[in-house]
Amino acid sequence: MILLAAISFLILASAAVAITRRNLIHAALWLVVSWFGVALFFLWAGAQFIGFVQVLVYVGAVSMIMLFAMLLTRQGRVPVEMLTLKAEKRIASGVLLVSAVFGVIAGCILGTDFPVTEASAASSVTLVRIGESLMNDHAVALLAMGALLTVALIGAVYIASSGEEDAS
Amino acid sequence: MTPLHLCLLLSTGLFCLGLVAVLARGNAILVLLGVELMLNAANINFIAFWRFGNPSNATDAPILVLFSIAIAAAEAAVGLALVIAIYRHQRNVRVEDATRLKG
Repeated sequence: MILLAAISFLILASAAVAITRRNLIHAALWLVVSWFGVALFFLWAGAQFIGFVQVLVYVGAVSMIMLFAMLLTRQGRVPVEMLTLKAEKRIASGVLLVSAVFGVIAGCILGTDFPVTEASAASSVTLVRIGESLMNDHAVALLAMGALLTVALIGAVYIASSGEEDAS
Repeated sequence: MTPLHLCLLLSTGLFCLGLVAVLARGNAILVLLGVELMLNAANINFIAFWRFGNPSNATDAPILVLFSIAIAAAEAAVGLALVIAIYRHQRNVRVEDATRLKG
């Protein structure tokens, strides 16, 4: 329980720092800390494989393409967001709306009595069972996911590179 | 308060931080980062219910999270390609300036 509270604090604090940074590069680096905290949560919950996938995909890959996009789209120096009057109004209304959303969801969670089974079947899941289930029961979904990733990445390259000739 | 409640509150907090980033930040890349935070919050919920509930098939939740992470990776790639395309047109990535659908 204490470990869970520490991991929660790490995740939420680094995410909160990340989304309030003016400097985009700092925001991305703080988000890497937050994603690493989520991987720690998966390890704590006993889903080791998912934890390692989280580290590989988020901490390794997604953070890199985020940083690449920031470096490709920066204007001269490190991009700093301007705070205008319009932006201040938007931030205030956004924070107000999100506090209301948080209040509603947290109230629902705290008011619900979940039946907790401590000796869950979850702890017996090994990597071998996940692999067998993925290759047998979910083989079609796995193939569809491969096709989706291929199409999405080719499409991303096309979107990012088309119009190169009229830009130059 | 059980550990499951704490896990769900953690994911709610993470979701709300992502929602703040989407609604309040003007930079398109930070909006995308907020979407990624919200997807992470959903994954935390899957694993929390798997760990503290009593799933009939114990491998379902990790596989669901695996697919969710794969879709999030595809979404990040396409979203950042769109950000780069917007940058090429208007030379900045502020979402309030992206008012034209025509390329």
